Formats: sequence, structure tokens, C-alpha cells
Amino acid sequence: MPIHDQSYRRYGGRREDVRRAWTVIAQSGIMTLLKRRAFLGLLLVAWLPFIVRAVQIFIAANFPQASILAMRAEQYRAFFDQQGIFVFFVTVYVGAGLIANDRRANALQLYLARPITRAEYVAGKMAILVTFLLAVTLLPGLLLFLLQAAFAGSFAFARENIYLVPAMTIFSLVEVFVAAFTMLALSSMSNSNRFVGIMYTGIVLFTDAMYAALRGITGSSAVAWMSFPANLAQIGDLIFRQPLRHDVPVAVSLIVIAALLAVSLSVLERKVRGVEVVT
Amino acid sequence: MITASPPTEGPVISLDRVSVRYGRQRALAGVTAGFAPGAVGLLGPNGAGKSTMLKALLGFIKPEEGTMRVLGLDVAEKPIEIRARIGYMPESDSHIPGMNAVSFVAYCGQLSGLPAVEAMQRAHEVLYYVGLGEARYRNVETYSTGMKQRLKLAQALVHDPDLLFLDEPTNGMDPKGRDEILELIRDLGHHKRVNLILSSHLLPDVEYTCDSVIVMDKGAVAAQGPIAELKGPAGRVFELRVKGDLPAFLGVLERRGIQSTATDEDILRIFVPDGMDARDVFALARDSATQVRHLRPSIPSLEDVFARALGEQ
Repeated sequence: MPIHDQSYRRYGGRREDVRRAWTVIAQSGIMTLLKRRAFLGLLLVAWLPFIVRAVQIFIAANFPQASILAMRAEQYRAFFDQQGIFVFFVTVYVGAGLIANDRRANALQLYLARPITRAEYVAGKMAILVTFLLAVTLLPGLLLFLLQAAFAGSFAFARENIYLVPAMTIFSLVEVFVAAFTMLALSSMSNSNRFVGIMYTGIVLFTDAMYAALRGITGSSAVAWMSFPANLAQIGDLIFRQPLRHDVPVAVSLIVIAALLAVSLSVLERKVRGVEVVT
Repeated sequence: MITASPPTEGPVISLDRVSVRYGRQRALAGVTAGFAPGAVGLLGPNGAGKSTMLKALLGFIKPEEGTMRVLGLDVAEKPIEIRARIGYMPESDSHIPGMNAVSFVAYCGQLSGLPAVEAMQRAHEVLYYVGLGEARYRNVETYSTGMKQRLKLAQALVHDPDLLFLDEPTNGMDPKGRDEILELIRDLGHHKRVNLILSSHLLPDVEYTCDSVIVMDKGAVAAQGPIAELKGPAGRVFELRVKGDLPAFLGVLERRGIQSTATDEDILRIFVPDGMDARDVFALARDSATQVRHLRPSIPSLEDVFARALGEQ
């Protein structure tokens, strides 16, 4: 007689609400990435500008002769500009394989044969990327604001610049979701995460290079609408109440970004399926 | 279509005039079928529509017409509730990259609604059950084909489904591994009371593991019912070797309602209807000036059912 029966037994225990499956995808993806040293290194580097700014705030608050270093609204805007490069690297590192790796391993049918809708699958994957992107944009931005408010010694700074909190939040969300949707759409189109990374880099660099070339020829920045980063910068300037850096109307930039989101959603709708039907 | 008597219990799955089309290609053509509780084989040659039927039942493909019910729920209205109670072992090699086997199976359990601790415990149990206990901490990408098949069975079982869809579960396995996985499937269907649908083009696999069968051909159901009933009583199938005008003899047999199929070894298998026996076969041979060189009663097999069903189509 066996000491322990290792045959199959029916399960009579508790079951979770299946509508939470997207959180399982997100949690697993986040934990997997946090185990990679290279990725932790990237996150650390992405927080270096925060450390520099924090030191700047500390010095400005504690040494009157250095009060000129105190951060103003335009410097918060500049901080988010600086973080743009880390948004790019984190998007490529985290996002390129999110769906492409599942496609390569035929995992989509395993997910979608379970009580998960396609939207929940995409939400779970997106939550992984969005979490890390917000960790290098919104989180350090808000911490800087809190730090400066704490060191100010009065509520004057916080009262005068309170609009920066929604500005940072809204701009971070726009930047992060545009990057995340674009990357996930690209990731759903290929089985190779390297190819996806190259495609995303191409979209960012190529559109910007095209804009730079046309600006050089025409001498006008009115063609900034064709650059992915320039459109985001234009929207960011508006949100942070800063002078616009390009001659293109913000409405046009908004339309371009909205179109990009619409195309990304359409691609995800067509590509994230349990079975790919080729007719 | 060959149909045996209907099952006494209600069907686990029922399809009513279901049609699926890929562009101009019709994959399922007005299929009406009922899957009895227990182990049911879904048989058919490649391209018959077996995988399409499973994918339609999982909600991957929307039929252009017809209704499907799984475990009493409408597939169009309650796909999530149905998928929570189903385990699916796909035909193609599938895994979630970057995980070892136990993490992968536990993750699949959590996706199906098991709490994290219970999912991990079940993962260990089902991996032992399918014979991967010793290899459960290895990355799944290092597994052999046979191990991947077992792993796919484990992920389909981890949440203890009421119904299992097994799509060609013995694909690419060596004979020993194949026998072992068939033994597991038989155990699940007969001793663990898990309803299962085994889609395969391998008749011996279905005959060994299943009680009922649905034979598909060209997107339609060619035969369905309990295997024992479809095979018919023993003594009505004969192996026959003849010399003479074979086409004429086959024509005579057909006119008398005797179906025949040729085997690889120059032997005919004939299915004699009620009221006839071997003497009638000799008489028909004599009438068509054909010599019977060999006649031996044979045991009806699923192969005969399959051949007759496809012959009728």
C-alpha cells in the first residue's frame, strides 16, 4: 500500500473570481522582470536624475546662497523630458517580448482557453509595462514635488505650484499609455522580441529624423506632427503651462496621438486571438 | 450517417446545425452532434474539422450559424463560465516562456481561478500524476517532445476541469510514452470521472481510451454513438480473399447491401447485414463466377466503423 497516493484527485477547495486573472498576469510579469539584474540596473540608472534633482532641492532649501537652484515649473517639465529616454529603454526592454514571446511559444491559446477575455489578457500585459513606466516618470516626479514642499518650510511652494501634481499625473499617463499601446501593438505583430524592439526604435527615431530633415529644409517646425516624440513634447508643454516648442497646433498633435492609439487598438483587436485564421 | 442509440444521460456537449467557414472554405457544415458523458473520441482524417470544432467550442472561432452548448451553458452567451470548467490540451507545442514546469502549471491554475497556494500544490500533484515529478523544476524549453505533451496535459488538469479537450495528445511521442499517456487518459475518463473529448486521427488511441465516438469527415458528422454499438455484434464481419472478376463481385455485394473495404494485404473486409451469413457470401461468389480462396470471421473494430462511416460519406 503506498504511503502517499500520487494519482489524480479532484479539487474541492476555494476558487477566486476569474475576473481577476489579469492581475495574475501582471503580478507574474512584474516579479519575473524584478528578478533580472540587468533590468534592476536599468531602473537604478533611470532614478539617477531624481537623485541629482533631490540633492539640488536639498541644497537650494538649506543654503540661501544656492536658492537659485530651487526647482521651478519649467524644471519639472525638463525632468520629464530627461526621463523620456528611460521611458524609451524601459518600453523596449519590458514591452518588446510581452506578446511576441507568447506568440512564439503558442501561449495565446493557453491563456484564451482559460476564463480570460482578450481585453483582460491585454490589460494584464499592459499593466506590467505601465507599472514600470510610471515607476520612472510619475513616481520620481511626485516624490520630487513632495521633497521640495517638505524642504520649503511653508505651504507657499505647494500652494503656488499645486497644478504641477495633476500636470505630472496627466502627462505621465499620456506618455506611458501611448508608449504602452504602441509597443503592445507591435509586440502582437511578431514572434521575435528583437524585431519588435527594432520596429519601435524605428518608429521613434525615423519619425523624429524625418521631422528634423524637413525642419532643416523648410526652416519651420510646423511639420512636427510627423514626429512621435515631438507630438508628445507639444502636449507636455501644454499640460505643464510652458511655451510650445513647435509651430504645430496642439490639436493636431492630439489628433496624431489619438490616431496612433486607435491604430494600436485595432492591431491588438485583430492579432490577440486564440487562433490565427489564415484565409 | 451511422447513429447508435442515444445516451441515457444528457449530453455534455451539444451542437445544433453549426457551420464554420474560413473564407470560402467550409470547415464545419451544419454539424449536429451530442457528446455523451465520459470519454468520447472525435475521429476523422486530417482536415475533417475536429480541431475547428474544439476551437469553436472554446470560443476561438465564431460559427456563422448554429448553437453550441457545453455543460449546459450556451457557448455564445457564457464563454467565460464554460472556459473556467474546461481543460484544453492543444495540438501544437505550447508553453509560457521563461518558466519551469511547476511555475508554469501553477500559473495556469491561478489563471483558472485557483488561489496561489492551492495552485502550487495542485501543480506538484498533477506533474507527479503525468510523470514529470522529477523534472518539474526544469525550464520547459529544455523538455523533449514527449515531456511537453505531458506538460500540456498537466496544465489542462491543474484546475480540475469538468471537461477535458485533448487535441491529438499522442502527437510526436515514442511508443512507450504514447502507451503511458493513453493509460493516463483512460484512467481520467474511467476512474476519475472526468469527461473528456479526445480528438485524434489514430483509431487505436480512441478505441483504447473512449467509450463513444463521433466520426467527422469533410466538416460533417459521419457516425456517432457508443463504440460497442457502432461496431455491431461479433460474427458479422468477415475477412475475404477472392480470385476472379473482383469489380463484378464487389458490385454484387453492394447490390445485396454488403459493404466491403480493401485492406493493405489484398484482403477484403465485408460487413454482412442481419439475416445473412457466410453461406450467402459463398452463394454470391458462385453466382458471379468468383472463387473464394479465404473466408474467416473477424472481430469488428473501430477501423471498420471508421471505414464504413467514411464510405457512406
